[in-house]
Amino acid sequence: MHEKTRIEGVAAPLMISNLDTDQIMPKQFLKIVGREGLERGALHDLRFTPEGARREDFILHQPAYRDANILVGGPNFGCGSSREHAVWGLQQLGIEAVIASGFGEIFYGNAMNNRLLPVLLDEPAIAALLREIVMPATNRISIDIVAGVIRTAAGTTFPFTLAPRYRDMIVEGLDMVDTTLRMKDVIEEFERRHHAGLPWVRISAQMPQA
Amino acid sequence: MDARSLYRKLVDLHTVSRLDEQHVLLYADLHIMNEYTSPQAFAALRDKQRRVLRPQQQLAVVSHIIPTAPLPASERVVQEPASAQLARTLKRNCDEHGIRLLDVTDPEQGIEHIVAPELGLVRPGMVVMCGDSHTTTYGAFGALGFGVGTSDVAHILATQTLAYRVAPEMRIRVDGPLAPHVSAKDLVLWLISRIGARGALGYAVEFCGTTIEALTVEARMTLCNMTVEAGARAALIAPDGETIAYLRRHCPDAGWLPQAAACAPALRSDPDARFDAEHRFAAEHIAPFVTWGTSPDQAAPVDGRIPDPASQQDATVRAATERALAYIGLEAGQALAGVPVQRVFIGSCTNGRIEDLRAAAQVVRGRNVHPGVRAMVVPGSGAVRRRAEQEGLAKIFIDAGFEWRQPGCSLCLAMNDDTLAPGERCASTTNRNFEGRQGRGGRTHLMSPAMAAAAAVAGCITDVRTLGESHA
Repeated sequence: MHEKTRIEGVAAPLMISNLDTDQIMPKQFLKIVGREGLERGALHDLRFTPEGARREDFILHQPAYRDANILVGGPNFGCGSSREHAVWGLQQLGIEAVIASGFGEIFYGNAMNNRLLPVLLDEPAIAALLREIVMPATNRISIDIVAGVIRTAAGTTFPFTLAPRYRDMIVEGLDMVDTTLRMKDVIEEFERRHHAGLPWVRISAQMPQA
Repeated sequence: MDARSLYRKLVDLHTVSRLDEQHVLLYADLHIMNEYTSPQAFAALRDKQRRVLRPQQQLAVVSHIIPTAPLPASERVVQEPASAQLARTLKRNCDEHGIRLLDVTDPEQGIEHIVAPELGLVRPGMVVMCGDSHTTTYGAFGALGFGVGTSDVAHILATQTLAYRVAPEMRIRVDGPLAPHVSAKDLVLWLISRIGARGALGYAVEFCGTTIEALTVEARMTLCNMTVEAGARAALIAPDGETIAYLRRHCPDAGWLPQAAACAPALRSDPDARFDAEHRFAAEHIAPFVTWGTSPDQAAPVDGRIPDPASQQDATVRAATERALAYIGLEAGQALAGVPVQRVFIGSCTNGRIEDLRAAAQVVRGRNVHPGVRAMVVPGSGAVRRRAEQEGLAKIFIDAGFEWRQPGCSLCLAMNDDTLAPGERCASTTNRNFEGRQGRGGRTHLMSPAMAAAAAVAGCITDVRTLGESHA
């Protein structure tokens, strides 16, 4: 897996509070067994009219933000439904990072698991960052994932923190299942103690016999 | 040992290993799956030739895409090709890995969060994970339940564990009796409107106080279910006699019941346990609550008015209000009561249980659905449906002009063929009033089952406390 240590590009403002995953990926795109076709679904109702026409005034359709790979979102970005399709869809739309003052908890984990970088900044920092990126001339930023710093075109810097575990997930793209499976003996040993101590939590959901 | 909260005890009891300062490897006693957030997880297992570590600790349910047309359960079919493929894929995956599935025609099929407790699979002291955000419901049993994404589903299938970031803790104490006609749904809508859709963001919330103690287990499920709408990662209520009585009713012969009953008293926060945040509320003055906007915290008492964004100080709040009012088609200052509705939906993992249907039927009894309204009841499970038929509730609904349908998630998220048309307004007992949630352009007002029933009868948002006076 290639190392990802830095994300650079155009940052687009998408300042909607509590932008839920129903809006990020509406239900009609969820009926898939793979991950195909989610580019069309991402932010669908914001991007397209009910008749299916592109909304040219939508930020990601404006010439200066057409190539955006970073979103600056409102508070509680990605709240609501657990659908990981929301993350896959944003990535298929070309988004590599989302910066916000808060994230829906499940969205945050889903983003990490897919190496879509979620960056937490406090509200004053978001406001300061917005002042620069809302102007096309200064809408390019650079995110140094290892150092934990955002640098704007004008040279302003915004430090952010990322737990070491998450930083490694984004930078290295670790297969977490492999990592955990290496602890299988520990899990099985835990299980024996757990079921001896709390026997009533041991369930056995059997398939009914045919 | 330091005083610990119930949350901390549950985390400690399930910690396989500490990974770093913030994370533990957490063991799942039960993992529940549905048809739309699991296929890519099974595909990931297949790609890596991994197997399911503990097939007997999984349960799968077809719940989200299933049509709810009132055919007999044995005749139910998923016609729409993409939905049928999801159901077929879940069946193939469950067969391949030996996982119990409640399939389309299974008499026990229903919404995952309603089925699992009634089958006795959710018990005090457990950790339950599921690829669905409303897994917080299980806090009603003193079990730690939380929603996960599809990558996590793959991880749980392969390892029966998840790398879990331990949450900060919040305690919400609510004391005093709820007024007549005021339910757990009103309580939680009121609470979310007080603390906001981000009010518990990231927290594990424990509820306590005399109001909570007086709630039935089903009402506690409603409360814990919707706590996620305040951003909470988990909701918890210490198990008590009510909890054990519920389990005894649902699984009277279970061998584990005496053990669970004996250990339940230890599953509570120590008196000196510390919380990172605390709220304290009185319940007496809570009125029936209704949402007016597109976020669950945009709610008001039914006799209240829609706020005026011009009077809101915070720019973010003002922008959200303006956006919501434009979508929902209502004016600042307008009274909520009297807003006409074209649809009424009673069901969902929030309010699709038998007590919910009883509360709605009590309002509907002897009355008729307003001529301008299409009203439906979608029971949460096959068991709820059968019970409601035995109790005569189904007949009350049908006689009044409600559609009496088969179980599923249905119009809560409109992934099946139950959707709102653009501009249609719905009185709904569900959990999310997001833009487009019930269909593009559809307008959702969240409320309790009794309030939704009253809206069906009156044809508009109406105060269930005074329904008899205007429609007697």
